[in-house]
Amino acid sequence: MRELIGSPMDRVDGRLKVTGAALYATEMPVDRVTYGALVTSSIASGRIARIDRSSIASLPGVLLVMTHENAPRLPSLTPPGGGRSSQDRALSLLQDDAVHYNGEPIGVVVADTFEHATDAAHRLEVSYAPATPALDLAVEIGRAYPAPVNPAAQGGRSGAAPHVHGDSTAALATAPVTHAARYTTPMEYHNSMEPHCAITFWTAGTNGDELMVYDTTQYVAGARATLAKRFGIGQDRVRVVSHFVGGAFGSKGAVWSHLILAAMAARQLGRPVKLSCTRRQQFGPVGGRPATIQDIALAADRDGRLTAIRHSCISTTAVMEDWVENATAPTKMLYASPAIDTKQQLVALNVGVPTYQRAPGESTGTFALESAMDELAYALRIDPVALRLTDYAEKDPETGQAWSSKALKECYRVGAERFGWSKRSMSPRSTRDGNHLVGWGMATATYPARSVPASASCTLFPAARNGVRAVLEAATHDLGTGTYTILMQIVAEVLGLDPAQVAVKIGDSNLPLNPISAGSLTAASTGPAVYEAATALRDKLINLAIADQKSPLYQATPVDVVVTNAGLSVKGNAKRSDSFAAILARKGASPIEANATWTPPPSRNRYSTHAFGAVFAEARVDADLGEVRISRVVGVYGARPLNRKTATSQLMGGIVWAIGMALTEEALLDVRSGRIVNADLAEYHVPVNADVGNIDVQIIDEPDSIVNPIGVKGLGEIGITGANAAIANAVYHATGVRVRDLPITPDKVLRGSV
Amino acid sequence: MRPFDLSMPADVPAALALLQQDPKARVIAGGTTLLDLMKLDVETPAHVIDITPLARREPSLVAITTLPNGGMRLGALVGNTTLAVHPLVGTRYPMLTAAIEAGASPQVRNMATMGGNLLQRTRCYYFRDTTLACNKRTPGSGCSAIGGHTRMHAILGTSTHCIATHPSDMCVALAALEATIRVRGPAGERTIPFEEFHTRPGDHPEIENTLRPAELVIAIDLPPPRFARHSAYVKVRDRASFAFALASAAVGLDIATGKIRAARVALGGVGTKPWRAVAAERLLTGASAASATWQHAAEAAFADASPQPGNTFKATLGQRTLVRALEMAAAG
Repeated sequence: MRELIGSPMDRVDGRLKVTGAALYATEMPVDRVTYGALVTSSIASGRIARIDRSSIASLPGVLLVMTHENAPRLPSLTPPGGGRSSQDRALSLLQDDAVHYNGEPIGVVVADTFEHATDAAHRLEVSYAPATPALDLAVEIGRAYPAPVNPAAQGGRSGAAPHVHGDSTAALATAPVTHAARYTTPMEYHNSMEPHCAITFWTAGTNGDELMVYDTTQYVAGARATLAKRFGIGQDRVRVVSHFVGGAFGSKGAVWSHLILAAMAARQLGRPVKLSCTRRQQFGPVGGRPATIQDIALAADRDGRLTAIRHSCISTTAVMEDWVENATAPTKMLYASPAIDTKQQLVALNVGVPTYQRAPGESTGTFALESAMDELAYALRIDPVALRLTDYAEKDPETGQAWSSKALKECYRVGAERFGWSKRSMSPRSTRDGNHLVGWGMATATYPARSVPASASCTLFPAARNGVRAVLEAATHDLGTGTYTILMQIVAEVLGLDPAQVAVKIGDSNLPLNPISAGSLTAASTGPAVYEAATALRDKLINLAIADQKSPLYQATPVDVVVTNAGLSVKGNAKRSDSFAAILARKGASPIEANATWTPPPSRNRYSTHAFGAVFAEARVDADLGEVRISRVVGVYGARPLNRKTATSQLMGGIVWAIGMALTEEALLDVRSGRIVNADLAEYHVPVNADVGNIDVQIIDEPDSIVNPIGVKGLGEIGITGANAAIANAVYHATGVRVRDLPITPDKVLRGSV
Repeated sequence: MRPFDLSMPADVPAALALLQQDPKARVIAGGTTLLDLMKLDVETPAHVIDITPLARREPSLVAITTLPNGGMRLGALVGNTTLAVHPLVGTRYPMLTAAIEAGASPQVRNMATMGGNLLQRTRCYYFRDTTLACNKRTPGSGCSAIGGHTRMHAILGTSTHCIATHPSDMCVALAALEATIRVRGPAGERTIPFEEFHTRPGDHPEIENTLRPAELVIAIDLPPPRFARHSAYVKVRDRASFAFALASAAVGLDIATGKIRAARVALGGVGTKPWRAVAAERLLTGASAASATWQHAAEAAFADASPQPGNTFKATLGQRTLVRALEMAAAG
């Protein structure tokens, strides 16, 4: 049997994508489609005094101008602000005249063409009764309040709750070596290539009108549930389809205003509405990473053994809704310390609602914690890797539980070796190459390894070509991550099929229920469900064969039957084999289906499940001009990937994100107007190819029979964690300048070195 | 984007006639600035004149030719990429090639033209957002950049009405090379020295150049090369590509036996126009090619800098960028 699981196969949808044949949400063919454009506010707080629909109603092609004055009333959600799921966010749905942030949706214009719609949207005349907004974090920080404890929304165990064990105050007061500093990270936005967009339309159904949505989403089932709730209709009357997603990174996990507004407009107009957010509308109405202000204090003995870790984080949120960037989460579990003390606070601003952005909490948190550990290493004159080994947590410091698996020591060792870490001199500013100062830094990467219930259906059909064809169905998603490919690999391996014999159907809420593709869940949840569905199908086929007198396998013992090339045979007896095609043919050529719902076993709860890695970075910093370039990164992670190629790409992409987070990305909020002023891809700097040097990703085999039956930990987010700190630490080692305020731009490097 | 009429005149006289008939019409070539601003509703022309067809009747518009005086003529519709890969331009005016390659992305350079690059508009955040006051976009409405995020803004040539930076890399090299802009209008053809082409904002930030109504840029003339051996373009930016300059410097030196016989210095990312640093040139001329000279020249170049609270670093960074360019140019 071919070993497909884990093999570095090319993406099955690669050809479709590079040839343009893959249809994304707004490319789906829909008759009589119209074009919607969002109108957004130009003040940060207050009320709409007047919004003159007639000012644009007669412009060419305009079909509908929807504002709070004429928008359909939606059922109110109770209780307001509470009892919502994490997918169900505070939205702007034209139900009143309030304005909560600059750039908030306040209207929808629908026209016969995209150009007519956007033109009319620009021209809609709106006047406001402004109120004083809360925008300046430096001022508003005085009004920080404890973050609400909402573990469900955070997907974590203790969520944003303060965590205290041991006496950190005493330890900090008496330790021979301490380090305390403030680390800050700015507001960031996901900026997937494909903006948020959808086509929505209503059709007549048996129980009233039914809503059909072509969406770009990380969660078709969540979108279906939210749409049903918002419109007060049954979920059976909503279908959400999302075959391809052009990047998401957390921003497409929740349903945002534009989607419901498009569906409202489609219902009001009685025609399909296609609505695509502009690039500017990616900065506010669809979530983003909030700013953080993190204070860390570390205490250690002279050998580097931590005696206290204290970490408090203030993150920004929106006046509309509390959302917590849980940056202290990794601090609770990464290093052994007799005293660990964390807390989370919020500051509410008149900005768009923040949301999950690639490794929410872990990315910002590891930047602070791993920068602080580096600073402690210098204070102790201990090698940064050695310090981390000294404080290695052999069990989860937060829960006291054993790890399900943890190959982190091996990651440090292999990473250091591949990077050449042993050749590093401890002292900063010690290596120069022409105009460049060269520095090496490292950090630990970590992200929770979560699995949640998922389901799948696997069906074997007779086929003229190849004899049989398997179809796998699951309401999961491919965000560009490789889901189509890895699910195919699982099915093909379990059933002994050729990859071309397996079709994967995902991205449709009518398919078997699956979780959100976020939090590194998909491979580790849907993967096991697909494995079990395929296994159940295999068992059905075995049982059919051994019960069938016409089968060469008749009366064989099930455990002796193995899968061969698109068929079955008795182990060690090649003569007793039967093809799937023959088995199906004898059953009247009807397809055979098996379903499975996989639920993480309770035994898993006895363990702490996390993914770990070690990241090493080399920074080259122009000594006079302050430009930082990352010439190479080595990232070593413990995992058992379903596809070594797509897993490596995921990790590499995470490291590229870390380069952006460390060096270039920052949304600039104008504290007078509340505008994000650099709301485009020319001025909001995601890294480009030229920013990315050589990235060497290694995956260390880390068997884990606890997390799930296929031993898979998700790798979607861990790549960004720690790597940002490794870069900051490399910049320090290169220059002697410690930048604790991301991003590390040339001016900050110069300021430190002048 | 607002609906607009598109004209595609067949030759230059027809284009000029259209411009005379409709002074508010906008000329489009590569479209890398205009289309962008139309999508943002910053530019709202009702009539757009596409001048790319003009090259069919007048091939010199897309030609790179050598002039009798040893200089070169670059047609206004020559693509930025075409120029950047032109071997003779690269040999004679290496700083120009380097400046173009430092700008935008390959895709943008493929579309962008010489004339369009000259007339490229500022990337000031506040200019590009129609909800915010901007004297350049709406004269008299005020400047919301002042007091806002000014890290990318100018520190030279600013006024109380505008601090927007001229974004072009190519123009910095053209300023240092003392190019001449050849324009054609209803009154015939005339030339404008590069230094006089772009204007400072002063009381009228909405006026950005000295083109007269219904004039078209036809070509850019470069004087005979003098600085090919000792020239450099250095650009400092937040990311390695596709980012506007925090500071840039174009330098040409004529050095003989360790003495600088002539110098040309222009700065980008720091000025409201492509910034010719004449004071630096004066200091360099006759001085010895040595590091103390570079520092003095850099200080002179920024003597008149008036930074905003958000871009005080630019005086230092600008000086260092210039010093680096001078070092590189001197080294050859």
